[in-house]
Amino acid sequence: MNIQLQELTKRFPARGRKAQGEVTAVQDLTFEVPDGMLVGLLGPSGCGKSTTLNMICGLETPTAGKILFGGEDVTNLPPELRGVGMVFQNYALYPHLTVLQNITFPLENLKGAQKLTKAEMRRRALEAAALVQIEELLDRKPKELSGGQQQRVAIARALVKMPKVLLLDEPLSNLDARLRLQTREEICKIQKKTGITTLFVTHDQEEAMSISDRIVVMKDGLLMQEGAPQQVYDNPANLFVAKFLGTPPINVFEGEVRGGRLLLAGQDVLPVPGAPDGSVWCGIRPEGFTPDPAGPVVCGLSRVEVLGRDVSIVCTHPAGTADTLRAIVNARSDVTSADGTVRFALHPDKVFLFDRSTETRIRFGTQG
Amino acid sequence: MQTEFESQRRAASRKAGLRKALTYLGLSVWAVVVLFPFYWMVLTSLKSYGAYNSEHTPQFFTLSPTLENYREAFTAVPLGGYLLNTLIFSLITTAAMVVVSTLAAYAFARLEFRGKNLLFGAFLSLMMIPSELVVITNYVTITNLDLRNTFTGLILPSITSIFYIYLLKESFEQVPDELYRAAKVDGTSDLKYLWKVMIPICRPTIVTVTILKLIECWNSYVWPRLVTDDQAYFLVSNGIQQIREEGFGRENIPAMMAAVVVISVPLVALFLAFRSKIMEGASRGGIKG
Amino acid sequence: MNRNSHKAWLYLLPSLVLLGAFLVYPLIDVLIYSVEEGFNFASQTYLGVGLYNYSYVLHDPYFLQAVENTFVLVIITVPISTGLALLISAGLSSIKPLRKLYQTVYFLPYVTNTLAVGLVFMVLFQKTEYTDGLVNLMLAWFGAGPIDFINGPHWAKMFVLCFYTIWVVMPFKILVLTGALASVNPDYYKAARVDGTSRRRIFFRITLPLISPMIVYLVITGFIGAFKAYSDAVALFGTDLNAAGMNTIVGYVYDMLYGDSGGYPSYASAAAIILFVIVLTITCINLLVTRRQLQR
Repeated sequence: MNIQLQELTKRFPARGRKAQGEVTAVQDLTFEVPDGMLVGLLGPSGCGKSTTLNMICGLETPTAGKILFGGEDVTNLPPELRGVGMVFQNYALYPHLTVLQNITFPLENLKGAQKLTKAEMRRRALEAAALVQIEELLDRKPKELSGGQQQRVAIARALVKMPKVLLLDEPLSNLDARLRLQTREEICKIQKKTGITTLFVTHDQEEAMSISDRIVVMKDGLLMQEGAPQQVYDNPANLFVAKFLGTPPINVFEGEVRGGRLLLAGQDVLPVPGAPDGSVWCGIRPEGFTPDPAGPVVCGLSRVEVLGRDVSIVCTHPAGTADTLRAIVNARSDVTSADGTVRFALHPDKVFLFDRSTETRIRFGTQG
Repeated sequence: MQTEFESQRRAASRKAGLRKALTYLGLSVWAVVVLFPFYWMVLTSLKSYGAYNSEHTPQFFTLSPTLENYREAFTAVPLGGYLLNTLIFSLITTAAMVVVSTLAAYAFARLEFRGKNLLFGAFLSLMMIPSELVVITNYVTITNLDLRNTFTGLILPSITSIFYIYLLKESFEQVPDELYRAAKVDGTSDLKYLWKVMIPICRPTIVTVTILKLIECWNSYVWPRLVTDDQAYFLVSNGIQQIREEGFGRENIPAMMAAVVVISVPLVALFLAFRSKIMEGASRGGIKG
Repeated sequence: MNRNSHKAWLYLLPSLVLLGAFLVYPLIDVLIYSVEEGFNFASQTYLGVGLYNYSYVLHDPYFLQAVENTFVLVIITVPISTGLALLISAGLSSIKPLRKLYQTVYFLPYVTNTLAVGLVFMVLFQKTEYTDGLVNLMLAWFGAGPIDFINGPHWAKMFVLCFYTIWVVMPFKILVLTGALASVNPDYYKAARVDGTSRRRIFFRITLPLISPMIVYLVITGFIGAFKAYSDAVALFGTDLNAAGMNTIVGYVYDMLYGDSGGYPSYASAAAIILFVIVLTITCINLLVTRRQLQR
């Protein structure tokens, strides 16, 4: 079952003693979570992604707009009638109940025709537990579990009602780095196994990129871009998305386009056919640089960091907006220089131009 | 399907509205139960003696308020004296308590000595001892020292409070160790460090403790009743009991209520001024309850 | 190090002296008093050592009356005040506007002088030759006859005492419970709502277990406090509680020490120790029962 959001808007009354008016948390948000896909809702904290999630699961009512589940309008339905399972950031496992009781809890709420027998509840709970491989933990209390195990219990509890949609709020943020890698694969595996339509919220772009089928990037309550992770990375719609995705982050320069040529600090570095004249932000991915003794981009070499397969060249450029810029190049490239400079040629696919004021993408040549 | 949901939703929101109304109603009922005695005492204190006694059915308001009862309260019985006694007792006891407890709390929080944990454990276990158990001997002690009907006798046993030592110690321990080490490197004495660093940093807790103790002193009844039988040393609680039993004559209820108002006003004022501090302090371990 | 140690003891000296003189010494002394038979306060002499004081107290009808009153008071006020406080706190935490105001109002009894406000309650409940009093006026609205709650039948007096006691202890309980309710992570409620848990079930299956440690704490402190009831009774019925038949155990202790029957510290000590033993026993039973229940 797919999820569609149509021009979803949420405004809160402003908080604080002297506050007046309203704060818009989400503005005209429209996107789709296709059936059976794992979609990452990505953005910096405070961008409205958690509010969006709460509206989808029914904990908050939108100010305007619609939410459709499989084409059916659920905008004003209470959470329990939507058939959603939700995993909270801190898992919200009831501390006084055992793992099994936690998993059974949602089933005990079912009423009327849906009411289950004790044995049936237990069977379903065991099934869910088996799915996330926590069968041996059923009699423990949540505080006796590791973070990763708690996470799995929370997922089992969300899945036990066989929801049509699974929502995860920052599912990995409470785990340490090592567990995070392991757990995100786990989530991905469970999602593939169950084929359940899943939306998860995160501020960590690496996390979102690595497991999502699609990502949706938000900022200040507005949709910035959506698409497959690689596609969004390769084709950012604006400066924000370009900066937000990718580690190490993209290098941003103050550039100028004159007569179809890109100038950085007055230096002609790249032909950009089709781009209109004027000042631009120029973003170059770290992998867009190739060391080339005849290359047009001349940088002051600060240091070289060896990463093994690659090396990271930290250098300076007069047009760079940050103190240093970073290029990731093949470890075999020769970057030694006599005069403390290093020269690069640019890979046109890894160079993005953005309007100086609107920060929207200016496409050139074959980009598009 | 849609309409079914719609009607379900509407029923739910109607139920929520009803629940909210009932909640406010219930809360308001209790608020009235709490406030009504206060209203009644102020109201009664403003009714004249004659008017009050001619009301066979109590009236909920009065059209001719009078302050005569307040004059009566201060002249017919030594209410002013009671207030003064209570003020003296409360201020001295509280001040002594703060000094003594601060010193002890500092020793527990900052200084190292053998048997510290053992002693603190002993302190905490003493907190369990009900005052009823020790009041008997204290009464005998004070009587034997010939301190009945003196402020010394009233104050001395009321000073120590392990609970406040405990609160202050907790607060002192929040102050980072580095500050103490830095002060030591600069050659600051402990007493100066306590006065110049600890107390200013922990002022909120000290204020809380002070106010709680003031309230406790203002309301103390049992101990003063035991060690004073001379009206000149009565505190307000004993005074009010005296008034009740023989003061204005049992019938002059309005004058009695005027005295009650006079006694209650300082506390209520203190409470309104330091509301959050008092509530926060009280929630950590009540005096009453 | 040694110098430091001396200094520490110096800082502790005032507390130690005061605690020693007025808490530790009396604690030992009260045990001694309680076994000294025939102690004469004036001459400070006694006839012998034994348990006669205890036996005297336990056979004193006034003491038995006091024990009965105290137990009735405890059994009525502790559950009612705790339950009512829970109800009010739950109500308070479910509203936003006016919550601060209600909280402030509810806390007022905490800072009032028990004796002084007790007088107001006396006035409200009393029936005199001049007037039936306000409470009787209200009873009359419902067709109930006038009852003298202050000098009338025992059950009526008990009712007023319980009512006033509850009125006095509510602020602390509401304060603690609203704090406990506020400290429950809202995500638990969100999770429960996503699962369609009914309000009643949320309250009984989630909220109540999560705040149960605080409820246990309140019940225990409530028991201890109610067992030590005294000044509320004095405020309502005057210092001669035995005559009113409304004495409490603590009241008995003080009466024995000083008051109408006064001057018997041995009896007072024995009664105080009996009280302490009762309180301790009930607290322990309480703790055991709740621990077993929490484990289940």
